[in-house]
Amino acid sequence: MALLSFERKYRVRGGTLLGGDLFDFWVGPFFVGFFGVTTALFAGLGTALIVYAASLGPTWNIWLISIAPPDIRYGLSLAPLREGGFWQIITICAVGSFISWALREVEICRKLGIGYHVPAAYGVAIFAYVSLVVIRPMLLGAWGFGFPYGIFSHLDWVSNTGYQYLHFHYNPAHMLAVSFFFTTTLALALHGGLVLSAANPPKDGIGNGEVRSPEYEDAFFRDTIGYSVGTLGIHRLGLFLALSAGFWSAICIIISGPLWTRGWPEWWSWWLNLPIWS
Amino acid sequence: MTRAAQILGAAGMAGTVLLGGCEIGPKATQQTGYRGTGMDQIVNVRSAVKAAAIPAPPYALPDDSGPRAKETYQNVKVLGDVSTERFNHLMAAISQWVAPPEQGCNYCHNPNNMASDEKYTKIVARRMLQMTRQINGKWSSHVKTTGVTCYTCHRGNAVPAYKWAIAEGVADPDSIVRNKHGQNSPNVAVGYASLPYDPFQTYLNGKAQIRVASSSQYPSPNHVVSIKDAEKSYGLMMHMSTALGVNCTYCHNTQSFRSWSLSRPQRATAYYGIRMVRDINGEYIDSLTGVFPAYRKGPHGDPYKANCQTCHQGQSKPLGGISMLAANPTLKAPPMPTAAPEGGAAGAAVPAVLANPQAMTQRQ
Repeated sequence: MALLSFERKYRVRGGTLLGGDLFDFWVGPFFVGFFGVTTALFAGLGTALIVYAASLGPTWNIWLISIAPPDIRYGLSLAPLREGGFWQIITICAVGSFISWALREVEICRKLGIGYHVPAAYGVAIFAYVSLVVIRPMLLGAWGFGFPYGIFSHLDWVSNTGYQYLHFHYNPAHMLAVSFFFTTTLALALHGGLVLSAANPPKDGIGNGEVRSPEYEDAFFRDTIGYSVGTLGIHRLGLFLALSAGFWSAICIIISGPLWTRGWPEWWSWWLNLPIWS
Repeated sequence: MTRAAQILGAAGMAGTVLLGGCEIGPKATQQTGYRGTGMDQIVNVRSAVKAAAIPAPPYALPDDSGPRAKETYQNVKVLGDVSTERFNHLMAAISQWVAPPEQGCNYCHNPNNMASDEKYTKIVARRMLQMTRQINGKWSSHVKTTGVTCYTCHRGNAVPAYKWAIAEGVADPDSIVRNKHGQNSPNVAVGYASLPYDPFQTYLNGKAQIRVASSSQYPSPNHVVSIKDAEKSYGLMMHMSTALGVNCTYCHNTQSFRSWSLSRPQRATAYYGIRMVRDINGEYIDSLTGVFPAYRKGPHGDPYKANCQTCHQGQSKPLGGISMLAANPTLKAPPMPTAAPEGGAAGAAVPAVLANPQAMTQRQ
C-alpha cells in the first residue's frame, strides 16, 4: 500500500515500551514493534495448533471442528495434548497474542501522542475472554470449565452452562449486559443517523442542500427530547455503553458458579425477603 | 476526596452490597458430559442438603416365623401374611416415622379397639402401605433396589413436609383484574421464576406429555405446543431441578433437550419417576379424597399430593441413596411385574418410546 503523502509526518521514532529501536519500523502500512512480533508469533503458533488439533479430530467440517478443554479431574494442572493440552496451549497463545496486540496499540498511541482509549477499550474485550477461559476456571479450580474452541461446540457450551443456573435470563449481570448491548446499538444508530442527516440535507429543503453544522445536530435532540449530549459527549456515552456491555458480560459469567450455584431466579429471593414486606 | 475516589468508593460499596447476595464458600464440582460441553454440576458445599441421619430401628428385626398377623389380629387387610412379630415391628417403626410422638399408636388406632377403622389416619396408612409396596415392586425402574419406606417422605412428620394441591385460583377467572393466569408470580414450586406455577396438576396428576421440541424446523399442524404449555413444562423442570438439588445438565445435554441419545441415563430414571408420581397421586392419594378431612386438603378440596420434592428433598437420591428396605423387609413388594414403558417393548434396554422421539412429538 502506498504511503500517503501526509502520513510520513506521523511516522516518528520512539514511544516503544520494549525493544527500543530494534522493532521500531513499519512493514507496508503496519507498525511492527516488539509486540507486533510477539502478536505474530503467538497468533501463528496458536492458529497452527488449532489446525493440527483439528487434524487429529474426527471432522474437517468447519462448523463441527472442536478443540475441547481438559476433563475437570485435571484441575489446574497440564493435561495430555490430545486430552485438552492443545486447548491449554492455544489458550496461552490466544491470551498472549491479544495482550500483545493491546500493547502494540499502546505503543502506537505513544508515538502519536494520543490517549490510550482504544487499547483500554480493547482491554475490556480481552477481559471478557480471559474471564471465560482463565478467571472463572481458576475460581472453580479446573481448566475444564473453559469453553471449547469450535463454532457449534462453543454455542453448546454456552447453552449448557446457562442451563446450569436453570434460567440464565435472571442473572442480574446478564440483564445489565444485555441492556447495555441493546442500548449500544440504539445509541450508535441514533448517532449515525444524526451525523448522516446533517451531512446529507435535502437539496430542496430549507438549507438548499448546505451541510449542517453540529449546532443543528444538537438542536435536533434538544427539540426532540429537551437535551443533547453533545458532539464529544455522544462518543463518551458510546464508549461507556459498549464497554459496560462487555464488562457486565464478563461479570455475569464470573459470578455463575464461583459466586452462585443455584438457579438464577432464586437469587432474587433477597428482594422477596427484604424486611419491608416480608 | 477527588471525584475518581468518590466513584471508586461508590463502586466498592455497590460491589459489597451485591456480593451480599452471593455464595462465597467452597464449591464441589462434577463433570456430567464430555469435556468442554459445559455439562457440569457445581454445588455450594455449605448450602447443599446434607444426608440426614437415618433413624435407628425401634428394636432388632424379629424372624418372619410364628403366627401370621391376620391370625393374631382382626381386620388386617394388607400385611396379613407377615408374621405377628414383624407386623408389630413395622407398626413400631411407622409410629416412629410418621405419628406425632405424643400420640404414638393412638394417632391411627383407637387404643380400646385397635382393629377399628374409625380414625381416618388408619385408612390412609393402609392405603399408603399398599402404595409403598407398589412403588418398591412395580416402579423399580425409578426406585431401583433402594426402594422407599414411609420415612422417605414423612421424615418424622404426620404429613410430609413437601406436598402440593391444585393452586388457589383467582377470585374471578373471567376478569383481567388481578388475574395473572397462573404465572408471573415468584413461586417456589418453579424455582421463583415467572413460569406457570402449577405444573403439577397437569403433569403429575394428569397425563399430559412433555412434547415441546418438534421434529421439523417448520411449523406443522401435527405439532402444536403453545408457548405457555412449553413454559409449563419448563416450570415442572424447574421443580425437578430444585427438588433434586441439580441443574438441567444432570439429565439433559441442552444441545437438544429432546434427544435421548444425547441425554444422560438419569433422564430415563426421571421419565419413570414422573409416571410413578402419577401412579401415586392418581391411584393412591386421589382415592383417599373422601377419607381425608377438610383440613388435610388444598383450597380446591383435593388432598395434598406428591411431587419430586416429597421424597428427594433437595438430594439427587433421597436420603443420600441409603436403602432402608433391608431393615424393613415387610415393605418390600410381593412379586409383581415392573411398569412397562409407554409404547410397549417391556423389558427392552431402551424402551420403544425413548428410542423413537418422533413418535413422542406427534399429536397425541
